[in-house]
Amino acid sequence: MSDTILPKMILLGTRKGTIIFDRINAKWLPRPIAHAGIPVCYAARDPRDGTLWASLDHGHWGPKLSRSRDGGKTWDDITSLKYPKGARYIVKYLPTPDFNPESPSANPEYADATVLKIWNITFGNADHPYRLYAGTIPGGLFVSDDGGDSWELNRPLWNHESRGGDLFAGDATSVNLWNGTPASIDYGIFEPGIHSIIVDPRDPNHMHIAVSTAGVIETTDGGQSWHSRNQGMLNDYMPNPESEWCHDPHFVTSCPSQPDYLWQQNHFGVFYSDDGAKSWKKVSIPDVGVNFGFPIAADANDGRTAWVVPARADAERMAIDGGLFVARTSDGGQTWQTFRDGLPQENAYDIVLRHALDASGDCLCFGSTSGNAYLSEDRGETWQCLGNNFPPIYSVRFG
Amino acid sequence: MPSVKMTGHLYRFFPQLKDQIITVPAGSVAEILLAINEIAPGFTDYVLDEHGALRRHVNISINDNIVIDKIKLSDRTPDDGTVYIFQSLSGG
Repeated sequence: MSDTILPKMILLGTRKGTIIFDRINAKWLPRPIAHAGIPVCYAARDPRDGTLWASLDHGHWGPKLSRSRDGGKTWDDITSLKYPKGARYIVKYLPTPDFNPESPSANPEYADATVLKIWNITFGNADHPYRLYAGTIPGGLFVSDDGGDSWELNRPLWNHESRGGDLFAGDATSVNLWNGTPASIDYGIFEPGIHSIIVDPRDPNHMHIAVSTAGVIETTDGGQSWHSRNQGMLNDYMPNPESEWCHDPHFVTSCPSQPDYLWQQNHFGVFYSDDGAKSWKKVSIPDVGVNFGFPIAADANDGRTAWVVPARADAERMAIDGGLFVARTSDGGQTWQTFRDGLPQENAYDIVLRHALDASGDCLCFGSTSGNAYLSEDRGETWQCLGNNFPPIYSVRFG
Repeated sequence: MPSVKMTGHLYRFFPQLKDQIITVPAGSVAEILLAINEIAPGFTDYVLDEHGALRRHVNISINDNIVIDKIKLSDRTPDDGTVYIFQSLSGG
């Protein structure tokens, strides 16, 4: 393996700050923690200009983006990502035993929108060098066209009929079909969040986003209109598992060089699309442990290849039988190989969250909420430990 | 003029406020926070949400009294009062 295809940096977003690894003399070495003491739910490097980004999940002072333009030496907080005046949403409540998400209240309650979590930062294509996207709880997609200095809420998605219509203008004109994500409960609410944003490398006006809990949504006109893309999805907890909405993607990604191949680790299994999310096919094989989990990573070049870090569903959410493993498919999910070499096989209770697995060339890296981080340089077949005493890890991204 | 004291955690983001005796014109808590924002631009983004309400895990008191109106921050500060800005005890 040549150094030219190896990433140079790994960014961990953790409960206690941002940890950056540099690859020096064939070893991955961590720097002292940045944003010390502040929860960082996502950290990534913009490949276009090398800017580093971290999403700070301040417990007290509100969510903030933090940006470094000097490779991580210094960081500046950005406070401009805010919901505009008049942005409202229909309040959801934790499901009760008699809750039927297809029959929500006839008298919706509204709340003014406040950014509670900036869950994902995604970079625009090379032909839009200053464009960034951010997905938030409670479910707003924000766009910046000036490198993150200013942000604007995408109103067609916010005002989508699946969320009750244009609540800037008045009362709901349709039923809200977006449900909450348990990831919002820390903030005392039960509201949806956007955790996955995919920009088509061929066409910046073509994007997919994924919402917990609503599903996959597509635009082909630069965000002016949005359409559900959940055909073939199955939600085992719904009266109608094949409902158009109310799906729970945990993470959705695509193959960068074959973007019509999309992968989805869903609450109810692993799903695969080879037609640009027009249809999905469940490709879980529970007998080999591949079904429940949070993250999924797609190969950069082969749309039929992907990796998952399976976990025991869903009331337990930890490694299966105390052993941590990674599964890879190279045939569109028809078969899965499992790899355990270098990973703990006893007394492991790790769970890997949705943004905490990444692939870059032949390298993969993941981190768990138990503070363990593992790296593979051979496409997931063998693993080395990067450390066992990190804070709970929320995100892992190569840079 | 009322004086303002705050948790030292905020100095991390606004070092210009550290070791300063902060006095501002008497007024509502909202007006006082805006006055601090003049000294330390961006300050209100840390203690208030985008609607101007106090963030959930921030407390403000006037002398010994926790402010009542956490939405519009209309409680008024007497000329000789002290405004305290704290983080709530939460998390672990």
